[in-house]
Amino acid sequence: MEAGLSPCPASFFTITGNGPMRVAAAAPAGFWKRNQRHMAPWLFLAPGMLFFLVYVMMPIVESIWISFYDWDGLSPKVWIGLGNYAELLDDDSFYTSLKNNILWLVLYLLAVPAGLAVALFLNQTVTGIRLYKSLFFFPFVISQVVVGLIFTWFYAPNFGLLSNLIQTLTGSNVAILADERYVTYGIIAAGLWPQIAYCMILYLTGLNNINPEQIEAARMDGARGWSMLWNIVIPQLGPATFIAIVVTVIGALRSFDLVSIMTDGGPYGSSRVLSFFMYEQALSEYGYRMGYGAAIAVVLFAIMMVFITFFIIRMLRQERNA
Amino acid sequence: MFPTPVAKSSPLVRIGYQILLPLALIVWLFPLIGVAVTSVRPSGDLAAGNYFGIPSGFAGVENYTAVFRDSPIGWYILNSFKVTIPTVIGAVALSCLTGFALAVYKFKSNLIVFFMFVAGNFIPFQILMVPVRDLTLKVGLYDTTMGLVLFHVAFQTGFCTLFMRNFIKALPFALIESARVEGVSEWNIFRHIVLPLMRPAIAALSVLIFTFVWNDYFWATVLVQGQHAMPVTAGLYSLNGQWVAAWHLVSAGSIIAALPPVAMFFLMQKHFIAGLTLGATKG
Repeated sequence: MEAGLSPCPASFFTITGNGPMRVAAAAPAGFWKRNQRHMAPWLFLAPGMLFFLVYVMMPIVESIWISFYDWDGLSPKVWIGLGNYAELLDDDSFYTSLKNNILWLVLYLLAVPAGLAVALFLNQTVTGIRLYKSLFFFPFVISQVVVGLIFTWFYAPNFGLLSNLIQTLTGSNVAILADERYVTYGIIAAGLWPQIAYCMILYLTGLNNINPEQIEAARMDGARGWSMLWNIVIPQLGPATFIAIVVTVIGALRSFDLVSIMTDGGPYGSSRVLSFFMYEQALSEYGYRMGYGAAIAVVLFAIMMVFITFFIIRMLRQERNA
Repeated sequence: MFPTPVAKSSPLVRIGYQILLPLALIVWLFPLIGVAVTSVRPSGDLAAGNYFGIPSGFAGVENYTAVFRDSPIGWYILNSFKVTIPTVIGAVALSCLTGFALAVYKFKSNLIVFFMFVAGNFIPFQILMVPVRDLTLKVGLYDTTMGLVLFHVAFQTGFCTLFMRNFIKALPFALIESARVEGVSEWNIFRHIVLPLMRPAIAALSVLIFTFVWNDYFWATVLVQGQHAMPVTAGLYSLNGQWVAAWHLVSAGSIIAALPPVAMFFLMQKHFIAGLTLGATKG
């Protein structure tokens, strides 16, 4: 719908049948009356924008600026130009984090098809299905701290349920969170649990709004199963898929909570991701390296900006077509 | 409807589905069920290695009392409320105003301002961490719930603005036009015409923001250090360090920490899902 200053519909004149006299009386009023329409949006925006500029926009600029300094947060800053970035290129931990971030990004996207699968499974009208849908959605409502603790316990060596299962199947005991080979996969699996629930709810809403006539028409034409899903249903789920991908990509790159809770980056820093690595460098017990931390944050920000730009362009195009 | 409703399928499929549904749910929620059972397990069970079997008795009352008695979790929960409730009020109030401005007025930089809010939503927290911590220290709000509230209000305003703006844009614009012709001031248009229509959006955003902020862990560790201002997410993590291997206590603590957003979700389910799936249907 085109809002803004679109031409008024005809009905509008009937609604305001008794209006014109009062408008005429209000017209010659003072400066405020005349300019109200131009000033109003900025007055409405002012408080929200002030908060947003102070706490979100300015800090971004400040972080970029800090990344050119050597700074422990207390003593005076020392300008080192691109020194922090040069150091990053030689830092093995940086590459480990970057590699893990890519792993997160790729594997986390599995939440999108998995969420669709669960949504298709639950898109029925049997008794009690509403409650089932809510309960399937449950993991998303719980804090990641709790999800992390639950999975830590699930993975715990010797008594954890999963390690018991692996032991029964393969005969060897695996401590998932203490093994450099598996640790990141273990954490990502924990992260997928709430993320699949999120994608599922997006798709359930999307499925609910599919044009039933089109489905019936396709059914008449003999489309069913996969071909129906691929050719008729998925194209109509476009908006849901877009949002599912946006929130999953952002979620993957933001992953911090689970890494911090489940392994604290270990063993030997092998499960670090950029967000965690940054936090560790800037605020850890090993000393406050704010400048170096800021440089890591800038790299993460740059990676995210690629996706954000892509999302914004698509949203902008929709906005123009609306 | 897709897939074909099971009601229209053969009885075999229908019965199969009815059996599969609860089984799938149990598998899906298995980790959670495990934690719930562990939280009422007597501590003796864990010592004896009975982690997953039938609990030897019901120790729910003891475990939950122990958590509240021996740890400051009650205090942490109170802190979480002290952070969450003002944030919800602040962010929703600010975004009613910004959303109205961006939906109703046509001005040159409208889309730029709008997309600034949208983009701000997606950025990594770490790019804000050092300056925001610094700012909070400077104004003397480090290690207070107020420091967390101010940041959360600012950050959540981004998402809320996106939501409110789209909601108001879908309202019939003729309502506003006719009020203008009547000579109603812009503020009164907002206050008496648009705001009453925004109730469903306000409800949806309130439950969502409540959950987001309640579950925040990162900022709780960055802007708070001591027990007196620590929200329950960060508190639970530090308790986990103290309760080594006392899984019955960790589980009970986890359940307590998860309860408020879960209760919120079940009470306000319709609004919660309406908020979360905004934009998933049209586009």
